[in-house]
Amino acid sequence: MTFEELLQVPPYSLGHEEKHALLTERLLELTEHHRDRCPEYRRMLKSVGYDAGSVSGYEDLPFLPVRLFKELSLRSVPQEDVVKTMTSSGTTGQAVSRIYLDRTTSANQQKAMVKIVSDFLGASRLPMIVLDCPSVVKDRNMFSARGAGILGFSIFGARKIYALDDDMHLDREALTAFLEKFQGQDILLFGFTFMVWQHFYKELVRLKEQGVTFDLSRGILIHGGGWKKLASEAVSPQEFHDRLRDVCGIDRVHDYYGMVEQTGCIYMQCECGHLHASVFSDVIMRRPLDFGVCGVGEPGIIQVVSAIPESYPGHSLLTEDEGVLLGEDDCPCGRKGKYFKINGRLKNAEIRGCSDTYAAKFA
Amino acid sequence: MRQNLHDLTGVTYLVGSADIAAAMPAVPALPPFDGRILEFLNAVAKALLADREAKAYPDVVTFAFWIRSASTKKLKERFCRDDGAVRLGRGVAFHIAPSNVPVNYAYSLAAGLLTGNANIVRVPSKDFPQVDIIDRALQSVLAMPEHREMRKRICLVRYGRDRAVNDALSAMADTRVIWGGDATIAEVRKSSLPPRGSEVTFADRFSLAVIDADKYLALEDKDHIAQDFYNDTYLTDQNACTSPRMVIWTGGKKEEAKAEFWRRLHDLVRKKYTFQPIQGVNKLTSGYLAAVNREGVRVAPHEDNLLVRVRVPALDGGVMDLKDNSGYFFEYDCGDILELKPLCDDSRCQTVSYLGDKDMFRPLLAAGGRGIDRIVPIGKTMDFDLIWDGYDLVSRLTRTVSMI
Repeated sequence: MTFEELLQVPPYSLGHEEKHALLTERLLELTEHHRDRCPEYRRMLKSVGYDAGSVSGYEDLPFLPVRLFKELSLRSVPQEDVVKTMTSSGTTGQAVSRIYLDRTTSANQQKAMVKIVSDFLGASRLPMIVLDCPSVVKDRNMFSARGAGILGFSIFGARKIYALDDDMHLDREALTAFLEKFQGQDILLFGFTFMVWQHFYKELVRLKEQGVTFDLSRGILIHGGGWKKLASEAVSPQEFHDRLRDVCGIDRVHDYYGMVEQTGCIYMQCECGHLHASVFSDVIMRRPLDFGVCGVGEPGIIQVVSAIPESYPGHSLLTEDEGVLLGEDDCPCGRKGKYFKINGRLKNAEIRGCSDTYAAKFA
Repeated sequence: MRQNLHDLTGVTYLVGSADIAAAMPAVPALPPFDGRILEFLNAVAKALLADREAKAYPDVVTFAFWIRSASTKKLKERFCRDDGAVRLGRGVAFHIAPSNVPVNYAYSLAAGLLTGNANIVRVPSKDFPQVDIIDRALQSVLAMPEHREMRKRICLVRYGRDRAVNDALSAMADTRVIWGGDATIAEVRKSSLPPRGSEVTFADRFSLAVIDADKYLALEDKDHIAQDFYNDTYLTDQNACTSPRMVIWTGGKKEEAKAEFWRRLHDLVRKKYTFQPIQGVNKLTSGYLAAVNREGVRVAPHEDNLLVRVRVPALDGGVMDLKDNSGYFFEYDCGDILELKPLCDDSRCQTVSYLGDKDMFRPLLAAGGRGIDRIVPIGKTMDFDLIWDGYDLVSRLTRTVSMI
């Protein structure tokens, strides 16, 4: 089957059996596709004795640890077909993932994302406030996860402003003018969770103390990027939501889970606070000890599969995140498919040994 | 210098003081294995063996046995040659212990004392209970009137990665002992030694095990070997320089021996090892990286992530750059011991532990490779000795006065 066929399916419409059959077919094809075109991937499959004949569902397919994309250049297309190289936003000194996109994969990422996000925002484009600075998207040859996220979501914005300047200071005048202009309309706000908190929320609190307030009750905030930094400030998702509402009236807040290694098929948080898998992808929670599949409610390492990647062998990946499957096909929000939550990153190993670890071997 | 040491901030003295450290250059050196040192160490051993808490830590107990006079007298017999020359400690020894092995610093200190030096030892930055226990024993013995003289010879310090402290302590060192591997060596070497200062460095190394399949199958007590091998590997997360990262099989019935050996080890690991979720991800990553880097690599099917075996079709030095820890083993079927030459020609190759006949390694050593510093039976890889990593520590930490 082709990705075009999958695009005809509404993103949260399939029950378990239909989705399982559809994704298994597509992912088996992708496995063969990458085996034929990516020599490194071919060697990996060979090393574990992969046999397509013994695969009864996509949970039987091999999964590559995401870290491999930091260690290796994995491509299933000739270099001249690469139109974009995406990189993860590693902190200074850490290796970054490098994801190679050709025209098809890049376009399919965007198409999948449109389908997914439209299910939450509706079909029409909204005035949009990016809660970040413009310089993040300047270098289009090297897409960081932050830049890619902003550009990816920008297609949902009709008119767009950046709320922060390049020094990460809130541009009060621009924000005020924008809100006045689009008074009474729904407005999309997008940003990275930590940036939203650090440079937007905290500034709004400071301004409120001076008597300056902004009314964002018609706002819809989509944010992603993870909770690691906020967890260290002891800010829970609930508190994040509550305090933002208190300071500017915004109540429609959607977290999402996604990664540069599988751009496009993001996992949006629904009105019930659950992250949802669309028809384009799925999550499988795996037991750390034996990588067996976890049941509902059992925390495990998150494997992600995606029907999108054709230019790099990233259709079945093992993340370093821990999550819990909450259910399938029965979320009160009405969306079908699996829904889950994220518990956070796996802890780095604490190991003994004679050689001091100045820097972890794997960033 | 005195002024200098007192000015250093961020240095904690667990034993000794800045005054004692500053006075060390004037402390007389002793001949190696001096009676006073042996008595002192024996008293520390007694204190440790009488300590209830110490019993819970086999590494502390092993150290205590190693410094008992019964043990040190044997060392004295082995290392003291009566050739007419006079030997003395070099003077001040500055030791940098690895940060993630609890008792290594104590062995380094004991080696420095046995060779007649005054010692400043940087202990692990992590708070290991073993460090508290050993320091308590040292304090209690140093408080005894008969061991007063030893106080000026021991300072245990703790400080962060502080260049200024390294500079000051290196400047007064007649010899410097650096554990902790390549990165630590590179860091500490930024601080220069006096012109006559000498240095012993323990760099990053790798180790392997060689098992004669037929000898193994003939063993009565195979669980004992499993326990020994566990101690060599999992006990230090298979990440000590001495831990075998590769198992090389010789002999006839290799497959039969492997099945038996790994099954018993796995049973033991399941009972004793504390598994961390990220370790499974790490091993999966390492297996795939090895497969990409080397044609013909096969990851053996495994029921869980406690023990991952990766078969390599050929041996070369580079394969060890792909090693991992916490239960990740390369495996190789060997027909002729000289097949190990490319691996053992690497100066990073340290310990070869074996089950079988140790004479099988003679052709390998005769081939003159740059690696292999120790050949020991399985279960003995961690046994500390004054010959370590290819160095005779007694000669490295003393000087020889020729008197004709």
